[in-house]
Order: sequence, then structure tokens, then C-alpha cells
Amino acid sequence: MALDLIIGGIFALFTGALVAIPACRHSLGRPVVYGLTAAACGVILTAAVLGPGAGLGPGAAMERTLPLGIPWVGAHLRLDALAAFFLVVINLCGAAASLYAIGYGRHETLPGRVLPFFPVFLAAMNLVVLADDAFVFLFAWELMSLSSWALVMVHHREEETGQAGYVYLVMAGFGTLCLLLAFGLLAGSDGGYVFDAIRAETLAGWERSLVLVLVLLGAGSKAGIVPLHVWLPLAHPAAPSHVSALMSGVMTKVAVYGLIRIVFDLAGPPASWWSVVILVIGGVTAVLGVLYALMQHDLKRLLAYHTVENIGIIYIGLGLALAFQANDMPAGAALALTAALFHVLNHSLFKSLLFFGTGAVLTATGERDMEHLGGLIHRMPVTASTFLVGCAAISALPPLNGFASEWLTFQAILISPNLPHWGLKFLVPAVGAALALAAALAAACFVKAFGITFLGRPRSPAAAMADEVDGFSLGTMIALALLCVLAGVLPGLVVDGLSGVAVELTGSRLPAQASLPWLSLIPISPARSSYNGLILLVFITFTSTIIATVVKRFASSALRRSAAWDCGFPDQSPATQYTAQSFAQPIRRVFGRAVFGAAETVEMPEPGSLAPARLHMRLRDRIWEYLFLPVAAAVEAAAGRANAIQFLTVRSYLTLVFAVVVLLLSGLALWR
Amino acid sequence: MIGDVLVQGVEMLLVLLVAPLMTGLVRSVKARLLRRQGPSPLQPYRDLWRLLRKEVVLAESASWLFRVAPYVVFTAIWVGASLIPTFATGLLFNWSADMIAIVALLGTARFFLALAGLDVGTSFGGIGSSREMMIASVAEPAMLMAVFTLSLLAGSTALSSVAHFMLTAHVGLRISLGLVAVALLIVSIAENARIPVDNPATHLELTMVHEAMVLEYSGRHLAMIEAAAFLKLVLYASLLACIFLPWGLAAAGDGPFAYLIGIGTYLLKLVLAAILLAVFETSIAKMRVFRVPQFLGAALMLGLLGTLLLFVSRSL
Repeated sequence: MALDLIIGGIFALFTGALVAIPACRHSLGRPVVYGLTAAACGVILTAAVLGPGAGLGPGAAMERTLPLGIPWVGAHLRLDALAAFFLVVINLCGAAASLYAIGYGRHETLPGRVLPFFPVFLAAMNLVVLADDAFVFLFAWELMSLSSWALVMVHHREEETGQAGYVYLVMAGFGTLCLLLAFGLLAGSDGGYVFDAIRAETLAGWERSLVLVLVLLGAGSKAGIVPLHVWLPLAHPAAPSHVSALMSGVMTKVAVYGLIRIVFDLAGPPASWWSVVILVIGGVTAVLGVLYALMQHDLKRLLAYHTVENIGIIYIGLGLALAFQANDMPAGAALALTAALFHVLNHSLFKSLLFFGTGAVLTATGERDMEHLGGLIHRMPVTASTFLVGCAAISALPPLNGFASEWLTFQAILISPNLPHWGLKFLVPAVGAALALAAALAAACFVKAFGITFLGRPRSPAAAMADEVDGFSLGTMIALALLCVLAGVLPGLVVDGLSGVAVELTGSRLPAQASLPWLSLIPISPARSSYNGLILLVFITFTSTIIATVVKRFASSALRRSAAWDCGFPDQSPATQYTAQSFAQPIRRVFGRAVFGAAETVEMPEPGSLAPARLHMRLRDRIWEYLFLPVAAAVEAAAGRANAIQFLTVRSYLTLVFAVVVLLLSGLALWR
Repeated sequence: MIGDVLVQGVEMLLVLLVAPLMTGLVRSVKARLLRRQGPSPLQPYRDLWRLLRKEVVLAESASWLFRVAPYVVFTAIWVGASLIPTFATGLLFNWSADMIAIVALLGTARFFLALAGLDVGTSFGGIGSSREMMIASVAEPAMLMAVFTLSLLAGSTALSSVAHFMLTAHVGLRISLGLVAVALLIVSIAENARIPVDNPATHLELTMVHEAMVLEYSGRHLAMIEAAAFLKLVLYASLLACIFLPWGLAAAGDGPFAYLIGIGTYLLKLVLAAILLAVFETSIAKMRVFRVPQFLGAALMLGLLGTLLLFVSRSL
């Protein structure tokens, strides 16, 4: 029943795409299409949460075979606990993005380029998660890539968009190719592409290791792991904001789903070095992602780089889970996996919220460069407040949700000295340090993002004249902010909801949390560690009320507005405020030289000269320079060489054909 | 239940009431060491009272966040301080937040203070905020690594359990504990904006961090910020005392006499900490702001080393 409802919802989404083609010319087309997608996402969400038997609880999986796709094979769909959890993530944000877009989409100049692809994008992501054979999986994966590419290319006349779309298309094609090869290996010599057949197949050790590498390249490039992240900060900001939210908040999570499905479910028992690879990738991705983010002053690009960081945190959790699983410690694996999945949910919530907030700023001012913003908290109080909640949540501040999942990851790190593997004994503390560093840098990054954008004085006339956005956008942002708080103060309920996935993949689960007194979170035992976001929130509210009362009663309530003090020399020009660049300067000086080869040169004119003094700052993206540019140059050189083959005479072509045939035949003869 | 609430309430009031005294004590010991008369240790109470009675002068460009931030900062630090076992372990709410959560609560306070520094849109506020976040970006991981080492030793991230573990006889002298002690001391100095990282006594110096951030505050808002800074010093002193000098701590339900002994030893520990801090501050010079990350990087490395040692062997 639940699965049928979900399939119905996906069909409704595809229908929505068809409806959108004629409807996009009409003024009512936008609310109709987005309303339809919101409703379809709502149906799928309800079915995934409440579905009897499946849902999030542990229970038998539901399967369907649809007479679609390849003849006599059909399309296999399956709903289990893992799929249900990711359906919740996709459709929660999908519904939010649809509702937000009812208001936000009003300002879209080219609705005909957005409306038809948006439902397809949502449907494709749902289909990836439901797929139960390699054909459906790859078809849906590619559909997801292409529909999101079309959405990235909406404003195709802008120069940056063209480059973003090109890089994205190349990386997406490369990723799908890797996944295709991975499934080819997984299917074995019999070619059983249904997932049940893949599970039954036993592969040699090297084949499974090759599968891991291919999956990391394929699903990892989609998720944005360093060094395959380069497309992400280009493509995510180029799309309209509600699509950016879906790409950053949800599509990267679908890529994480791909990794979990193949590595934890299909590929068989993990080798002990797998976790080492994933942990190293996770640690490096987390730290580099946030450092890149700190260097940005384009708000959307900053958020996109932050997605890279959060993917790193999720990979750290997954790597720990694999390490525990390879060493036969199911309880630890369940804890680490739960932490990673909890962070998947949290990140999808606050990243969507932050992108929606950026979209609101973009609507109100037409700017996403922080250096031209400022002071928006006065003009857009609701947007500013919800954005602040998102910033605090992503910076892992208690009692919000980002802290709860990072806390669980730290707990998983703290039980890992029991791992027997020596490499891991040295690696895990370093990864823990990387995680701690990333969390601290994230706080700095979001002080910058919020402080420069919303606080201070307006740096441009557009920022000074901004107006609060429409009700749909505000309502969606408020709802997401409330969800962030809710998941933070009641983490036990989320952890219980994830128990089905943990049992399914690791054979173990965390102790039931909902029945604990005061709804606290106790992952292992009360003597070891406990956290209670609810009590913390109540405690904070209670004490601040007391303080406010005492101050009101005993302190002077006189208040006078005046010019800023600023040590007696206040400058009226908003240009004298700290900017995004100057805010990041100390951190750039500490970390930048090693990571970005950051160099500053000061050009000071002679005394008496009227020439302006200049500060030149140079940052280098070494991954782009040393990895991608050489590969691109090599491909281009090879293509240039091969180009000569197009302009030969008939005689030369015949000789070429003859030579190839002889070569192939002799090769065949020798091989026999 | 009522008794538990009462003890927790006494604990909260105690940290709040001794906080200005501790800062006053540090100041007067420092003055004595410099052969100055110095104000009475009770001066911070008078300062707070004076600030509370004054009017607030608010910059025209200040938003609601600027007015709310002092209360948020104060509350986060006060809650953090009341979650630390000061004179007794196992208080009513001790278990609701472990060491990691306390570090994160301090992070919340810092987050809002740094935002408040940016709110008015002056260059001094910006310089303070950006430097504070730079220092925190190294200090917070260093603190977390120290927390990791302690929790690996004690098998728990809860402070009460760590204190109990440190009281048992078989702790002995360990390399990792020594490393953590140094790391935590460095972090405490940096987080409390003490010399050599920052100078709490200066205004209008380019090296200042904390004072630059709160430059625009006045009246009751400044009183809250100052009180929060006092509380933070007590918080770190209590944390160090609870971990490295856990003697005299009462256990939950020990009765009023044990609690009184606990309060007495706790106050003695705070006095000791204040004197040591004053001696340390007078014997060292302030360092350049870009030397600070190296100083704190040493703490981070020490914490990481401590954790690594414990991953290799539980007996180190």
C-alpha cells in the first residue's frame, strides 16, 4: 500500500512536468505546478513515514515490479527502511522547496525553463532511492543529473552559468560512467542486474575493492568529496535558489544514499582498509570544504562549499561505521551510521533553509555578493531571524540539531580505541581533530555570512532599500527553522526513527530513546555520556527569563540612541566597515598559505605621491590547477591529435580500416 | 527532588556570586605584585552595580540582535558554569550536558558576541569579531581534543564521571594527563582573553580582541557582558579544578556537611587559581596577535598527542 502510494506520487510528479509545458505560459501555471509537486511530495512523505510494514520502523521490505523499461525484465522497485529514510529527506525538502517556489518563482524571468524540469528532478531523486535493479538506478541517476543540469542552465546567457553547466555535465557524465562500471562488476559474469541477484553474487576481493573505488568516484563526485567537488560550487549557485536548495540539501544526500546502498548493502562484507579510505576522504573534505567556504564572498557559493564540508562530516560517520563493521562491532557501527544519517537529515534541513534565505535576499536586493549587502536585519526581520537559526544550527551550536548529530559522531569516535586495526588507531584521532577544526571554522564562517549580510550598515543602495519577501517564502523558512529546533531538542525521536535503518544495515541499533526519562539522548550507557537538548533549552529559557526580570526590576531602563562610539572617531561611510574579505583575513593568514598558497603584496606609493595604495591578494585553487587543468589539457591535446583523422583521403581510410582488421584478427589469434 | 533542585540552585547562585570576586582578586593580586595599591577585590561588584544604574547609549545602526546578545551570552555561560560540578558531583542537571556540550555552549556565547561586534558596523567591532573567531578556530578544537583525551581515560564524557575517575587511586602519573593539563591551561588563558593572548586591561590598542568586540556596549548591556566575562573565568577555573583537583567534591546526596566542605574547598581552589593566574600574567609579556595561533596550535597538538597516546595504549 505504502509503496503503491509512493509510485503514484512519482507518477504525479511526472504528470506535473507534462502539465507544466503548456501551463508555464499562463500566470496560474506556477502555483498550479508547484502546488502539485508539493502535494505529491507530501503524499510520498506521509507514505514513507506512516506506511504499514515499511516506513521507518524495522519491518519487511515491500517490492514491486512494474512492466516498464527493458522488455521482459521490467522495473524493480523496493521500499526498505533505508529507502524510506531517504524518501523522507527528499520529500520533506521537496515539499518545502515547492511551497517556497510558489512565492519565490514569481520573480523568475524564464519560468518555461524551470517549471517542466523541477518535477522531473524531484521524481528522479525519488526513483533513485526506490530502484531495486541497476537499470532503474542508473536511469534515474542520469535523469536526476540531466534535469538538474537543465535547471542549472536556466539563465544560460550569463557567462558563469555556461562554464558551470559545462563542468557539471562533464563531471556528471564521468560519475555515471564510474557507477555503470561498478554495477557491471557487481553483477558478475551472469549479468544479474536485479539487486537481489547482486546480493547473492560473491565477488573476489579485488573486484569488490575496485567497486569501492568506482563508487567513490561515481557517487562521491556527485556528493562533492574533495578533490571531485569542483563542479559543485559552480553549479549549485547558478540555479534558481529553490533548486540550489534541492541540489545542495538533497541531491548530495541521494549521492550519499548511492554510496550506502552499494557499500553497506550490495558489495558484501567490507575489507578493513575501506574505512581508512573513506575516513581520510571525509576528514580532508570537511576541513578543506570549510576553508574554501571561508574565502568566499558570494553567499550562494559559500553555502555550496559548506555542503562539501558537511558531506565530509557524513563521510566520517560512514567511514567509522564501516570500520566497526569490518571489525565485527555492530553496536559501534549502528552508532556511527545513525550519526551520519542524522546529519544527512539535519544538513538537508538547515541547508535548504539557508538557501531559501539567500533566495529571499536575492529577491529583495538582486545581490548575492556579501560585499554589497549589510544591515538587512532592519529591513527583513523574519528572513534574518530564520537565517540566524540556520546559521546557528549549521555551526553545531546547542540546543539545535547540527550539534546533536555532531555530538553523536564524537561519541562514535570516542569508542573507537577498541578497534584492533593499527592504521585506524592513528587515523581516527586525526579525523576527530579534523572534525573539531571543521566545526570551529564553520562557526567562524557563519558569523561572517550572517554578520556581513544582515548586520552592520547597508553597503549598497539596493541593500538599504530591501523589503521583506512574500508570505509563502517566509512561511517555508519559519517551518524549516522550527524543524531545526525540534530535531535539536528531541534528538531521541530521530534516533529511534533511524533504528530500522541501523538494524537493516548493521544488525544492531542504539538503545530505545523515546522511553528514557526527560527525553534525553543516551547512545551507549548513562555513565558514559548523555545529552539533553530539551533540558538545555528549558534551562536556557528559564535562566534568561530570570535575568531579564532581575535586570528589568533593578537596572535603569533608560535608553538613548546616538551615533556609534567607535573610539571617538566614527566614520559615516559604510565602506569603513569590516567586509567579508577582511573578516576572513586572520584565518586566511593562519591557514591560507599552506592550503591556498595565499599571498598578499602591498603597493605603497612614495610619500607625496598621489597614486593610490593597493593591496593585492592572490589565492590559488591547487586542486583545480594541478588536477583538473592538466587532465583537461591532456584531453584537449588528444582530441587535437585525433582531429587529423577526420581529414584523410579515401585511400588512407581504407588502409586504416585494413590495418585495424589485421590488428584485431591477430590479437584474437594470439589470445586464443 | 526538592533537595536536588535546591542544591542545583545554590550551585548556580554560588558561581554567580563568586564570579566578580575572583576577577577582583586577580586584579588586586596583580596590583600588589606590581607594587601598586590597587582597588579592593570587591570593586567588580561596585562596577556592575554602577553599570546597571546607568542609561544605555545605543548606536543608531544597532539592531535587536545587539540588545539581545548580552543576555544570550550571559545565559549560555551561566548555564555552562552551572553544569560543571563545582562543589558536588551528580547535581540535578549535570547529566544533561557533557563536556562536549559545555564546549559547544561556550561556542554559542562566542557566536553571539562576535555577531554583536559586527552589528553596529564599526571597524573596531569587526576587528574584534574576526580575531576572536580566528582564535576560537584553533582554541575550540584544542579544547575538544583535551576533552577527548579525558573521556578516553575516564571512559565517559560526563564531567562527574571524570571527576570520580580522577579521585580513584589507580590514575597515577600519566603522560597524557600532563599534556592535557598544559593544553587546557593554554586554552583557558586564550578563551578568557588574558595575557599573553589578549590584555583585559587595555582599551584602544590594536592588539585588543575581546574589548574591541564589546566597545559599543554601555549601561546594563555592558554589565551583562562584564558579568559573563567574570563567569567565564570562574567556569574555566572550576573546570580545571574539577578535573585536576577533584578533592573535596561532595557526591550527590551526601548531606549538608559534605556540601559545606565541598563549598569551602571549592572557594580555596578558586583563590589558588586567581593567585596563580595573577602571578603568571605579571611574569609574561603580551604576544603579537599572529603569534597566538602558534601558541594555540601547540595546545591543539598536545591534545591530539594525548588522544593518540591513549588510542595506542590505555596505560599512557
